[in-house]
Amino acid sequence: MTAELVRGQNHPLSQTRLEIRISAGTPIVAGATLGDEQGRIHGVERVAHPGAPTLPGLEVSRQAAADHRLAVDLDAMPESVHRVSVLLALPVGDGGAARSNGAGSGGGPTRFGAVAVPFVAVTGLDGTEIATYTLTGLEAESAVIALELYRRQGAWKVRAIGQGYADGLADLFTDQGLPQAHQLAGDILEAVAQGMARSVPAPPPRTDGDRSRQTAAPALGPDQGGPAPQGASGPVPPQPTSPYGTQTPGIPGGPSPEPTSPYGTQTPGVPDRTAPQPSYQGGADTTDPHHTSAPTSGGSINYSHPRRQNAAPPPPPAAPPAQPGQPAPPVAGDATGWSMDERLYNQVWGMFEDLARTTAAYRSAVDFADSRMEKELDQVLSDPRSRIGGQGDAAREAAQAKHAQLVNQASATLDRDIAQLTAESEVVEPALPPAYARWDNPVWHGYRVPMEMPMALRLGDLHLPESAQLRIPMLVRLPLERGLWIDSGRGGSLDGSFTDSHDLRRLAMETAVAHAARLLAVHPAGEFTVHVIDPAGSGAQALAPLVQTGVLAAPPAVGAAGVAEVLARLTQRVDLVQMAVRGGAPDSLPPGFDTSEQLLIVNDFPHGFDDRAVNQLRYLADEGPAVGVHLMMVADREEAVGYGPLLDPLWRSLLRLTPVPDDHLADPWVGHAWTYEPSLVPPGSQVLQQVLTEVAAARAKYR
Amino acid sequence: MTKGQAISLQKSDGGSLTAVRMGLGWQAAPRRGLFGSRTREVDLDASAVLFADKQPVDVVFFRHLVSDDGSVRHTGDNLVGGVGQGDDEAILVDLARVPVHIDQIVFTVNSFTGQTFQEVQNAFCRLVDETNGQELARYTLAGGGAYTAQIMAKVHRSGPGWTMTALGTQANGRTFQDLMPSILPVL
Repeated sequence: MTAELVRGQNHPLSQTRLEIRISAGTPIVAGATLGDEQGRIHGVERVAHPGAPTLPGLEVSRQAAADHRLAVDLDAMPESVHRVSVLLALPVGDGGAARSNGAGSGGGPTRFGAVAVPFVAVTGLDGTEIATYTLTGLEAESAVIALELYRRQGAWKVRAIGQGYADGLADLFTDQGLPQAHQLAGDILEAVAQGMARSVPAPPPRTDGDRSRQTAAPALGPDQGGPAPQGASGPVPPQPTSPYGTQTPGIPGGPSPEPTSPYGTQTPGVPDRTAPQPSYQGGADTTDPHHTSAPTSGGSINYSHPRRQNAAPPPPPAAPPAQPGQPAPPVAGDATGWSMDERLYNQVWGMFEDLARTTAAYRSAVDFADSRMEKELDQVLSDPRSRIGGQGDAAREAAQAKHAQLVNQASATLDRDIAQLTAESEVVEPALPPAYARWDNPVWHGYRVPMEMPMALRLGDLHLPESAQLRIPMLVRLPLERGLWIDSGRGGSLDGSFTDSHDLRRLAMETAVAHAARLLAVHPAGEFTVHVIDPAGSGAQALAPLVQTGVLAAPPAVGAAGVAEVLARLTQRVDLVQMAVRGGAPDSLPPGFDTSEQLLIVNDFPHGFDDRAVNQLRYLADEGPAVGVHLMMVADREEAVGYGPLLDPLWRSLLRLTPVPDDHLADPWVGHAWTYEPSLVPPGSQVLQQVLTEVAAARAKYR
Repeated sequence: MTKGQAISLQKSDGGSLTAVRMGLGWQAAPRRGLFGSRTREVDLDASAVLFADKQPVDVVFFRHLVSDDGSVRHTGDNLVGGVGQGDDEAILVDLARVPVHIDQIVFTVNSFTGQTFQEVQNAFCRLVDETNGQELARYTLAGGGAYTAQIMAKVHRSGPGWTMTALGTQANGRTFQDLMPSILPVL
């Protein structure tokens, strides 16, 4: 079935021997360039054009024509070729015209907008169409890349491009990084024009002016006069030869008047064919030294969404072969995803779910064993026969044995699963990027300010009592969907050891600082701003790392006035962005508006907060996350009871985290209570300061 | 396989079956005239009930798609049926991961919208060895009589492996809860 491509669309190619049929209302020049993975052409020998019509695996027409058939054998392409771009150009007269975009000498059309819309079809050898593309919408362009065949994971695909260049072939080649772009463009058109006289009257002539450019001429070098290959008696142009060893077919040393098929490229090469190349290369390099790679105004448009990765992800790391009889050893990144980050994220969540479920199976089995034993023991007790002799004891023992057996089986299964997950955790933890890694992970020592926001952030570790050693990273997606509440209340302690509320408060603030520092560190410079409200200044000690390194937007706000000022500013910001978004005019924000994500750390709530401030906080918690304003409350819920139920929605809207291990988080599958431990900087470690210094330096540079 | 027949899910090479799938398929009711939305759609539901010593422990059905332990998974509720031959709902059981105390898993089919199997076109349910795609049992529900439910089969522990017994007991009920009295005798 034929795929009718639209601009940018791609289509898989099932065959490698193809014909590309081009039809246009007027004679046009057709060629092709062989590019590397980035689409760059390395030299003129990678361009097939009427003057050099055959390249390994590729053959183009020798003249401008209204209809072309390009033969392509993708199997014969050198390994280094990743992209074959099929280009069309109007024969705009002499070579100079190409450079100056002057009018064609023959009065022919100089822009695609003036001619019939070209149509390109990729067909199999039998002529069945695989994909077609109509190049609509061209205007002032005189050269266009019609489509490209490109390698993707070992397979070839075709993509409709339709990228036009108003300045002609020179621009087109420049855009593909060819150093000799202008030279080659001029040569091609010059050769086309010059060769006219010697060319056989090929495809049905349309007009005199057009026919005058129907020709083919070599354009291999600036100083090669362009002997016509067709019926010409002059010196034969050297066969374009790939420097990579694949030789074009042809008679060694002899003229090659017939267009040779690229399908025959397996024929042994001719070693001395490469001889003309070096001299030409030298000459060309000196001709156009300044046209190296800078894209011009006609540069190609990148159609891909900047955040979306269209490229297929690199294959996941392969697990080393398993020992016979053993499960395969775990590998970091062994999950689906478009990037390693996403794979690790999915893997961690997979481990989280597996641990939740395997523990559920264990707990359910043990519960069942308990209840069954209880029932059986009850039966023994209520059965009068059991009072005689040892029957009762035997029954009791049997029940207990049954219980033990089932529990043992369940534990064995659990142990097996935990061992597997532990092994996985051992390979995954060291492979985690900073955003997912514990502070003691060496990856933080090599920290650099990232270029883009990661998928997720580690807020701490989770574990279950059955497997206290196995810590699952608690990863939350970024940008944060809800604010954070660092509970400085006494209820946050698992074992009640932190009875000193002062200690707990300090710890809560340190936890908040560690989270904030991590958020700052994983965002690119200038894309995350942290504000602090510390009404009584009680958090100064904990805040020192943030304050001293200068990563805060402003010094912590103190006093009632400071609180009011910061809250008013952020509330206004939420209002503004919301209005802009709802009004459908996100561009209309005032110039200089800081578009970064904002985090507000609130210490000591509710001290120093009046009703108005409380309402603003609630507003920020509700509306902020959607417009990039996040809240981090460091507070004790007990102390805020004075506000009554008014604050309940606030607490509920925040994700509660504790400064000390606490089993308050439930997983989404089974609902176990998981013990949460915050990600804290190991005592005595300087990693936080180092990272924040790095962040501060990047922020300073960004400004 | 015929009703009441039991097959061991041990493979001939000694390895035991590790995964089975119960598939349920039926054909969507034809659209009626101009008012397609008034078509009486047919919604059949597949469920799996996990028993430990005749006590129901967990159920996998359209409101609880994955058993707590993760070993039994429902592919999701289909409310209208399909067009082709394929399964419209499926329940996958990873036998190796079934918790140790679960000793029987019973598969049922219910007509949630109340049509009897006589009224449903091309309804079938089947059990497939998920490891090799081989069909272990297949029932044609359509034309099976004026019933709205069927207890299809049970998979139960025997020795180190699992055995499957085809049941094919007909019953009536909207969801698996209604079937509990009918299930208990077959355990």
